[in-house]
Amino acid sequence: MGLWFSLFSIVILVLLVVGGVEVFSWDSLFGVLIPYAAFVIFLIGIIYRVGKWAKTPVPFRIPTTCGQHKSHPWIKANNLESPYNSLGVIGRMALEVLFFRSLFRNTRVELMDGPRLVYGGTKWLWAAGLAFHWSFLFIVIRHLRFFTEPVPFFVNLLEGMDGLFEISVPTFYLTDIVIISAVTYLFLRRVVIPQLRYISLAADYFPLFLILSIAITGVLMRHFYKVDILSVKELATGLSTLNPVTPEGVGLLFYIHLFLVSILLMYLPFSKLMHMGGVFLSPTRNMANNNRMVRHVNPWNYPVKVHTYEEYEDDFRVKMKNAGLPVEKE
Amino acid sequence: MSESELSNVPKPDEFMAIDHKPPKSGWMETPVDFKPGNYCFPAKAKNLKILDMPNPREWSPTDEDWKLPENWKEIIIEGIRERLDKYRSFRIFMDICVRCGACADKCHFFIGSGDPKNMPVLRAELLRSVYRNDFTMAGKILGRLAGARELTIDVIKEWFYYFYQCTECRRCSVFCPYGIDTAEITMMGRELLHLLGLGINWAMEPVANCFMTGNHLGIQPHGFKETLEFFAEDAEEITGVKIEVPINKKGAEILFVVPSGDYFGDPGTFTCTGYMMLFHELGLDYTWSTFASEGGNFGLFTSHEMIKRLNAKIYAEAKRLGVKWILGGECGHMWRVVNQYMDTMNGPADFLEEPVSPITGTKFENAKSTKMVHIMEFTADLIKHNKLRLDPSRNDNYIVTFHDSCNPARAMGILEEPRDVIKNVCNHFYEMPENTIREQTFCCGGGAGLGTDENMDMRLRGGFARGNAVRYVQEKHGVNRLACMCAIDRATLIPVCDYWAPGVEVTGIHEMVANALIMRGETERETDLRGEPLPGKEEKDE
Repeated sequence: MGLWFSLFSIVILVLLVVGGVEVFSWDSLFGVLIPYAAFVIFLIGIIYRVGKWAKTPVPFRIPTTCGQHKSHPWIKANNLESPYNSLGVIGRMALEVLFFRSLFRNTRVELMDGPRLVYGGTKWLWAAGLAFHWSFLFIVIRHLRFFTEPVPFFVNLLEGMDGLFEISVPTFYLTDIVIISAVTYLFLRRVVIPQLRYISLAADYFPLFLILSIAITGVLMRHFYKVDILSVKELATGLSTLNPVTPEGVGLLFYIHLFLVSILLMYLPFSKLMHMGGVFLSPTRNMANNNRMVRHVNPWNYPVKVHTYEEYEDDFRVKMKNAGLPVEKE
Repeated sequence: MSESELSNVPKPDEFMAIDHKPPKSGWMETPVDFKPGNYCFPAKAKNLKILDMPNPREWSPTDEDWKLPENWKEIIIEGIRERLDKYRSFRIFMDICVRCGACADKCHFFIGSGDPKNMPVLRAELLRSVYRNDFTMAGKILGRLAGARELTIDVIKEWFYYFYQCTECRRCSVFCPYGIDTAEITMMGRELLHLLGLGINWAMEPVANCFMTGNHLGIQPHGFKETLEFFAEDAEEITGVKIEVPINKKGAEILFVVPSGDYFGDPGTFTCTGYMMLFHELGLDYTWSTFASEGGNFGLFTSHEMIKRLNAKIYAEAKRLGVKWILGGECGHMWRVVNQYMDTMNGPADFLEEPVSPITGTKFENAKSTKMVHIMEFTADLIKHNKLRLDPSRNDNYIVTFHDSCNPARAMGILEEPRDVIKNVCNHFYEMPENTIREQTFCCGGGAGLGTDENMDMRLRGGFARGNAVRYVQEKHGVNRLACMCAIDRATLIPVCDYWAPGVEVTGIHEMVANALIMRGETERETDLRGEPLPGKEEKDE
């Protein structure tokens, strides 16, 4: 159900642009108003969500330890898997955010006759996830070319790397191939693996379809139905300099692309895609395992009802005395 | 655990004829089925009354009517709201799961049962679906499509079943790219259930006992003293050395706290005897306490408040007795509480001193705030400094493997110390496969309050992954002893081994330490602590 709903939503969104631009010529709506609104919603949404998390206290220090803790000097502590100081935490988070450390650990288990279990490594999810996220980042940075004049050196540099193989004219970007393959893989595994299909929601398919559509429209514009790149840059620069224009000839495909990007921006803060921010705040990962060294303070720690020693001794005094155990009150 | 109970379980190949493929009906459309052997009996009213907990009454999960308070729904929704505002972990874990499925086959209960709701991701969705429905915009607008569902009695029943099919072992959290910890979600789920008076007796009776008598088993002070003295006599019979048992001794240097399982049932009792022999040999100035006679804390399986209520006695007793620091025995969840909650909840322990080993002079820098040292850190330090005379050949009949308990591994990171000690006290040690030890260790299947016999079917399923790894080293290396440093393990791994790897016995580490320990003035030992002949002494036994 979630799959079809998501696919259907994408089709509707595309048709909206087709109707809006082709029939009603609402170029400014799709070229200016919606992108601006999306950007504002994106910013406010992210700040709101992250703010809400940040505002929520962390009462206990609960890191998941994945390596040797710090104890005796002759036992090698693992500061990356069980960090004992801030440096370790930064290292652990960097590995997590940049290289998906935990996912790299992934294994799969199979139940064989016997019965017995067989474990194997499985890196596909890790590889596809990493490929997807990194290519996405590269593509976003590459797009800065449209919003800047002069184009910053690192954008040119990245673009050069990305188009290294100079296949076709204009050069086919590696990241385009990677992102489309990776998203396709992430989608297929969701459909093919029964357990995964069982847990998948519309909220899982929709972003995949959305990002895939964005990538495909981008590739189509660059290689197959070429848009007037100068007009696109004019529009983009106009947006970024708060001097919006909607030049002739940017074309329907571009408006579809831009609209889907706007949808992504607006959708992101209210969806699971917020894992982007959440991963930084996850208490099992971003805290040091130094509880016994440094006291962690719970801001809402409150007194609780306990059974005191005095009450306990009152209950058992006679028995304690008979057993020869010392008591406070004779 | 009686033999007869295990014999009711079908043979392993039949027992494991399960399918990991989910059923046709969607999970929201599949109502919970309370299968005998797969759930725990509910908390008795008397135990809830002792603890001033809500809605004490007699009921059964198989009843149609669970006798919930009239405004049960409001209570749960408010309960969720309160916890979202108090725990960043809870809020974030509700928000950011992408359902990548990496956690699915990491759960011992899913591996052993094939029930899709035992996939950590789906266990969390049971609660997340209600969160979405009542706390998120997408859920309010899109409903079912956004993975939201209304809170109904059936949802509550489902929670009760599945939040008590999680042992809070945190294995899934190791593999989650965002560190989402199902233990945290299960803890919240159980707290919410307790608001309606829904708990299990195997957890709540120990909690009530612990609150009143100081330990889970309800052993009273005189009984505690008799038991320890009995162990001392046993040790004297074996070694010829008379061992004193200091209890409630004011002014001792160290307060020693263990899980009560250690002085209640075999084989924990041998480990308990082992501690006493070690301390006697060292001439340690320490004391037991009848009031703080429980380091374990079934509050951890109940609610955060209950952790604090039960844990408070440890610092209180250390203060009353005027000790300098605290030493803790071999226990799993006790050490999660000590490492991650105690100082925050009941500290600062500024009336204690930073722990220093009186034998080696080693400062336990890593415990300078909590002031509580793990016995494995203590003993590893003794061995490192050659303070113990050890004869590991006395354990030569043992071919040993080591089970990392969930909490010491994943909520503490104490991985090398126990291995250090084991390798020094026995000659035959083999590791289980790497996917089943250290941070990837598998639960015994009976932690977090689930180690009760009426839940045996599910325990054996949960223990399958562990049992399977034990059988592997049994076949490969002839392993016959499974060492562990957790009192729950010492109870629950016995049926797991009896069923999945018959012939392997469970042992604590300090039992092996005491076997190997050469004590001053001891007579020549004929048997180990279990009364079984030492290697080379078998003939004389006949």
